Amino acid sequence: MIADLVVTFVFILFAMVMLLGLATLLTWVERKLSAMMADRIGANRCYVKIPLINVKLIALGLFHAMADGLKMMSKERFIPKDADKFLFLLAPWIVFAPVLLMFALIPFGGIIYPEKIFGSFFAGKAYLMQIAPLDGGALIILAISGICIIGVVLAGWASNNKYSLLGSIRAASQMISYEVALGLSLLPMVLTYGSLDLHTMIVAQQGSMLGGVLPAWGIFLSPLTAIIYLTAATAENKRIPFDIPEAESEIIAGFFTEYSGMRMALFMFAEFAEIVIISCVFVVFFLGGYNLPYWDFAGSFPRLAIVLWPTIFFIKVFIVSCFQILVRWSLPRFRYDQLLTFGWKFLLPLAMVNITVVTLFLWLVQKHQ
Amino acid sequence: MKRKEYWNQKEMSYWEKLYYLEIARGLWVTFSVFIKNLYKWCTGKKGALTVYYPEERRSDYASNFRGKHKLTILENGRPKCIACKMCENICPSKSIKIVAGKSPDEKDSYSLKIPLSFDLDYASCIFCGHCVEICPKDAIIMTNDVSELPTYAREKLLYSLSDLLESKKDA
Repeated sequence: MIADLVVTFVFILFAMVMLLGLATLLTWVERKLSAMMADRIGANRCYVKIPLINVKLIALGLFHAMADGLKMMSKERFIPKDADKFLFLLAPWIVFAPVLLMFALIPFGGIIYPEKIFGSFFAGKAYLMQIAPLDGGALIILAISGICIIGVVLAGWASNNKYSLLGSIRAASQMISYEVALGLSLLPMVLTYGSLDLHTMIVAQQGSMLGGVLPAWGIFLSPLTAIIYLTAATAENKRIPFDIPEAESEIIAGFFTEYSGMRMALFMFAEFAEIVIISCVFVVFFLGGYNLPYWDFAGSFPRLAIVLWPTIFFIKVFIVSCFQILVRWSLPRFRYDQLLTFGWKFLLPLAMVNITVVTLFLWLVQKHQ
Repeated sequence: MKRKEYWNQKEMSYWEKLYYLEIARGLWVTFSVFIKNLYKWCTGKKGALTVYYPEERRSDYASNFRGKHKLTILENGRPKCIACKMCENICPSKSIKIVAGKSPDEKDSYSLKIPLSFDLDYASCIFCGHCVEICPKDAIIMTNDVSELPTYAREKLLYSLSDLLESKKDA
């Protein structure tokens, strides 16, 4: 019992550190990557002065995340006069909490036997490196991600500001439209792996296909599914090119126009944390999770695997996150009608066709076995 | 010749309407620039076109750039300024303050008035050059230099007579 608690606590600690740390790092990555793509220098002003030797430690501008936090905390916590105070204060947390919750379902390592390393305290126990090993993981991830939209709508409504309201109306129509495509985009992979459990999916992606040329990852099995998922997920996250709910040049900041200080930071931070979550889901569904292709290191170094699994998972998630930031700094914003046309008339039929093709293919494969 | 019309004419082709191929093309452009700059950074070269301003100055200022005022001096070291206050009056942003006084040498052949203080506030100066044009003695001129504008305190932008006066070496 105590051993279970200790292990779960360690997992939660790792998950928190990885999720929040990576989200903080991504604020830096976003600045620096966009700067390098636009022939600029990027964030480089913030420094820490080492005492006595008078050296300014700039560290490529990494301290800007700390400076951001300090600045946000020292800002005035403003509430508009006619705002609905309770909902106004509640909304950022409804946006932020589901993002943290979703990480509980992501497996970041295989089955470990702590007895081999830490002795008899963990005698005879095996743990899956996942906070909540649930059978219907894929469903629950989709369900929790649907909660975020309530917070966004509440924030716009409670602010009593026309720009906020416009932003939240846009957000509602956009997020509900793309949630359909998001759910349908994950369905072919669930059919392919034959399970809703995320860990089973990762196990199913081990090995290789086409005679050992390609790893049997979801992205190679069905590239179209991966593209549809990434598109719909970016739209869910309200980032450019789908950022009309918070389009700065049109409606100031959209649904969080009236928020300031740490409450505004919660919205921003939720956005970056959701990038990490989207990347995590993408890695689990399409990039083979915590495994390396061609080399089963867990078989050759069972003790080292406890460190290698989370590390490989972290690196994969970081690369996918960087790709999302690359997309954000390359594309212009969709117009409102273009966005809905793209969602309902292009992405949704494409997802339908994709499901049909994958289902037919799987049926043919099963028939000929 | 009829002028070409560009706006609202171009129809998207079939491939362009698929979005994803065009998006991939756009991503390739930004990604290649990123890789190019990353390679330059790794090999110690400078990838950015921008300049890390106060520490690093561009060398290609125009030859007729006028960025810093200078008070010229006579051969005996006395400032050419005769404290007539013409520049103080013409200054559109009221950045110049002159306090006039008597010359210590009572038989000064150049002028009996000297500036006791000559304050130029770069915080409000707009570099219009009116002071240079109006000056009857060519006492104030503008040089190709760049003034130290980025500071942490507004008081540091207030230049006094000794800051503005050219040294004997320059003359």
